[in-house]
Amino acid sequence: MLDLTPKEVLERTALRINPCKTCQPVGAMYAALGVRRCMPHSHGSQGCCSYHRTVLSRHFKEPAIASSSSFTEGASVFGGRSNINTAAKNVFDMYDPDVIAIHTTCLSETIGDDLGSYIADMEIPEGKTVLYCNTPSYVGSHINGFFNMMIGFINYLTKTTGVKNGKTAVFPGWVNPGDIRELKRIAGLMKLDSIFFPDQSGVLDAPMTGKYEMYPDGGTTREEIAALGDCEAVIALGEIIGIEPSEHLKKKHKVPYTLLPMPVGVAHTDAFVLALQKATKTEVPRELEEERGRLVDLMLDSHQYTSGKKAAIFGDPDVVIGLTSFALETGLIPKYVITGTPKEEVARRVRALLDSYGVTDCTVKANADLFELHQWIKNEPVDLLIGSSYGKQIAKAEDIPFVRAGFPVLDRYGGTLLPVVGYAGGIRLAEKITNALMDRIDRDSSDEDFEVVM
Amino acid sequence: MNTAAQTNILTERQQSVSSASRRSVSCEKESVSGSVSQRACVYCGARVVLNPITDAYHIVHGPIGCASYTWDIRGSLSSGSEVYRNSYSTDLRETDIVFGGAKKLTAAIAELMEKMSPRPKLIFVYATCIVGVIGDDIEAVCREAEETYGIRVVPVKAPGFSGTKSQGYKLACDAIMTLIAPHTGQAKRFGVNVLGDYNLSGEMWIISGYLKKLGIPVISTITGDASYDKLIRAPSATLNLVQCAGSSEYLAERMEEDFGIPYVKVSFFGIEDTTSSLLRIADALRKPELRALAEEFAARRTEEILPVLAKYRPRLEGKRAAIFVGGGFKAISLIRQFNEIGMKTVMVGTQTGKKAEYEVIETLVGDECVILDDANPAELEKFMQEQGADILVGGVKERPLAYKLGVAFCDHNHERKHPLAGFEGIANFLAEIHRSINSPVWKYVKE
Repeated sequence: MLDLTPKEVLERTALRINPCKTCQPVGAMYAALGVRRCMPHSHGSQGCCSYHRTVLSRHFKEPAIASSSSFTEGASVFGGRSNINTAAKNVFDMYDPDVIAIHTTCLSETIGDDLGSYIADMEIPEGKTVLYCNTPSYVGSHINGFFNMMIGFINYLTKTTGVKNGKTAVFPGWVNPGDIRELKRIAGLMKLDSIFFPDQSGVLDAPMTGKYEMYPDGGTTREEIAALGDCEAVIALGEIIGIEPSEHLKKKHKVPYTLLPMPVGVAHTDAFVLALQKATKTEVPRELEEERGRLVDLMLDSHQYTSGKKAAIFGDPDVVIGLTSFALETGLIPKYVITGTPKEEVARRVRALLDSYGVTDCTVKANADLFELHQWIKNEPVDLLIGSSYGKQIAKAEDIPFVRAGFPVLDRYGGTLLPVVGYAGGIRLAEKITNALMDRIDRDSSDEDFEVVM
Repeated sequence: MNTAAQTNILTERQQSVSSASRRSVSCEKESVSGSVSQRACVYCGARVVLNPITDAYHIVHGPIGCASYTWDIRGSLSSGSEVYRNSYSTDLRETDIVFGGAKKLTAAIAELMEKMSPRPKLIFVYATCIVGVIGDDIEAVCREAEETYGIRVVPVKAPGFSGTKSQGYKLACDAIMTLIAPHTGQAKRFGVNVLGDYNLSGEMWIISGYLKKLGIPVISTITGDASYDKLIRAPSATLNLVQCAGSSEYLAERMEEDFGIPYVKVSFFGIEDTTSSLLRIADALRKPELRALAEEFAARRTEEILPVLAKYRPRLEGKRAAIFVGGGFKAISLIRQFNEIGMKTVMVGTQTGKKAEYEVIETLVGDECVILDDANPAELEKFMQEQGADILVGGVKERPLAYKLGVAFCDHNHERKHPLAGFEGIANFLAEIHRSINSPVWKYVKE
C-alpha cells in the first residue's frame, strides 16, 4: 500500500510531492487563536478559512473558530475592501470578539489589497481592535504565518509607558497547549513574572463543561500584549520562529531578547532554565533538578535500546532542531533530518548539532518533501521515524516504528494535552521512542527469543 | 421564531433559517462575509469529486496550502492504484507569482512523465485562486502536454472565489465529460454507471455488490474507486444511478443530453431509501424479472436487519437528532433513517442544499424542526441547544462543537470510519449513534 515511491532519486525542481509544510495563513490563524477573545479572520476565498479550521480541528480535536471575507469574482477584480468592511461589521455584531486579527491569503496579496488603509478607514466599535498582518502563501511556510501574525499584534498593540513592568515575555513558538502549560509551570517554578505570547492553552485544550464557549478563558490578553513594550526582556523559544517577532519588538521598544532553541531534551531545557535563572536570579528549585535527574535516569535505563539506532526526523524547523538534539542525547543517529520550510538556517543548525556529537554520514535538508525522504529511506533504511501524521504512509510502506510529534497529528488523541518540551516532555518522548523500538522487537521476536523481561 | 432567536442571527441570514412559523428556506446563495461558514470553496468542490479517481495524478497549481490540505483527505478506497493518495503540486513561490507559473507547471508535468512510475495515463491540473489572477494559461499548458506525451491532461480551473463549492462540483463534472466524451463510439451494453458515490469506507463496493446480486453489471463508477480505463467505458452504459445528487446530478444531466443515458436518483442510506432505490433501478432498466428480484432481495435484507433495529430501538427511541450535512439528498435519507428507529429530527441543515430538496425536507419533518441553509457555528449551537438535540450528524468541523455542547456526534462525511450505506451501513450507523449517545463519559459532563 502507498508504495509508489521509486527507489532511484531523481532531482526535481518544479514538482512538489508529499509536502512537509503548508501555507502561511494557517500559522497566522493558530497564532491569533492564542489571544483572548480574538477572532482570526482570513481575508480571501472561503476555502482557505475552511481548510485551516479543519486541519486545526483535526489536530487539536477542538472547535477552531475563524471567519472569512468569502471572496467572490467581484472582490478578486475590484479588491476586498467591501468584503472586509462587511465581515468586520458582521463579526462584531454576531460573535462580539475584542479583536479581529486579519491575515491575508495568496489571493488578497496578489490583487494588492491594502489592509492597513482599509482598517484605518473602517468604523470600529468603541473598545474593539482590528489588526492585520501579511501572510502571502507563496513565501516561506506556515511558520512564517505564525510569526507574521505575532508581528501584526506587536505593530498594533504594544506600547511603552517609559516605565518597565518587571515582567519577562516568553514567546513559546508553535507548540501544543500541553507544551505551553509545561513551559509556564517551569517558569513558575523559577518564579518568573511572565507574559506568554501567544498562548493557546485554555483555548485549544478547553475543558469539557457541557457548555460551549466561543472564546474560552485562555489566550494572551490585549493588555498583556500592550505590556510587551514595557517588558524587561523576551525569552523566545524556537530560533527560527522566534527571531523575527523578537527583533521587531526590540526595534519598536528596545526590549532585549534571548533566542533559544525549542526546549526539547536535556541540553535545550537546561538552556531555558538557565535563561530563567538569569532573569529571576532564583536558584533552580529541587523539584526541577529532580525532574532533570529522572529524565537522565530514564535515558540511561533505556539507552541500550536507543543507542546506535538510526532515526529519520521530519517536521517544522524548531521541532526538528529540538528533536535532533534529543535524539543525539539518547544515542540515536539522526540519519535524515528534513523540514519543508525553505530556510537554510535550519539545516545549518541541525548540522552544527551533529558535528557537536561527532555524528557523520547524515543527510539534512530544508525545503525538502516527504517523497524524497521516503526515497532516501528506501536506499538506506532507518530504525525509527519521528514526525507528523503524514509520516504514517512511509512508516507503513517501509515497516518502520513511528513516533508522532509536531504538527499536524491527525490520527491520535491526547497528544496536544501533553508536553514534549521541558524535562517532563523529555520523559514522555523517551518513553514514546523506547516503546516504539521495543514494541518492534517484541513483534519481530520468534517465540524462543520473546522475553518478558527486557 | 422568537425575537431572542433573531438577535443571534445575522440579518442577511434570516431568510436562510426556517421554522414552523415561516416555512421557506433561502438557499443556493453565496456565503455572507464574516459569517463563520462551514463551507469550503470551488477548488475543494472540484477536488473532492475528482480525487477518488485512483490512477490519476492530481497536480495542484498554486501555492502549497491547497495541495497540503487535500492530501489523502477522504477515506475513498481503491481496489487498484494508490496514486491519488499522494500530493502533487507546483508549490508556487514569489518569483512564480511575479513572472508567471506556467513554465513551472510545464516542468512539473515533465518531471511527472519522466520520473514517475507507473507512467501517468491521466493528469488533472487544478488552478487555484491566484493562477487566474497572474494569468497562467493552464489550458494551453495542458493541451501541449497532451500532444507531447499522448496522455490525457485535463485542466480544472477552480479558483476558490469563483462561486461556491457547488460550482466546483460542476467543474469536476465538466472535467469528467472532457475525459469520457471522446469514447462515445463504444457499443451500448446492459449495465449502469454509479455516479456520486466516493467509495468512503468501501460503500461503492456494497452498492456494486447489491447490483451484482440482481444481475446488473456496473460499467463505471464515478468517481469512487474509478480508474481511467473504467471511466472511459461510462458512455456505453444503459442507465446512470446518481447517489450524491448535489455533486453529480449535473453530470447525469450532461450524460443524458450527450450520450442519451437516462438517470435515476438513488440513496442507499436507511431501509426505506435503499429499498426504494433498488426498486426504481429495476424499473428504470425495464426488465420485468428485475423488479421481483429486487423486491425479494430488499425484503430478505430488511428481514435480516430488523433484529438489529429492534436491538437498538429501546436505546434510541425518542432521542432527538440534529443533522448538518453537505447536500439535501443525504439529509432527506437521514431524516427517514431516524424515523425508522423512532428518533425525531429537530434540526436539519445543509451546506449546499437545493430548493426542491428543502421542500421535501419540509414534508418529512415535524413542525418543531428548524431548517437551515449554510448555517454557521453560532446558529448550529443555538438551535441544537434550543431544540434539545441528543446527537448531531455532521462533518469534521462540527464534531468538537457538538461535544462541547454536550451533544453526541456521528460523522457522515469524510471521516466516517465504517460504511454507512446499504443494509450493512444501517447496522454501523445505529451502532455508532448508540455508542455516542449512550457513552458512559457523558455522565461526567452532564452531572
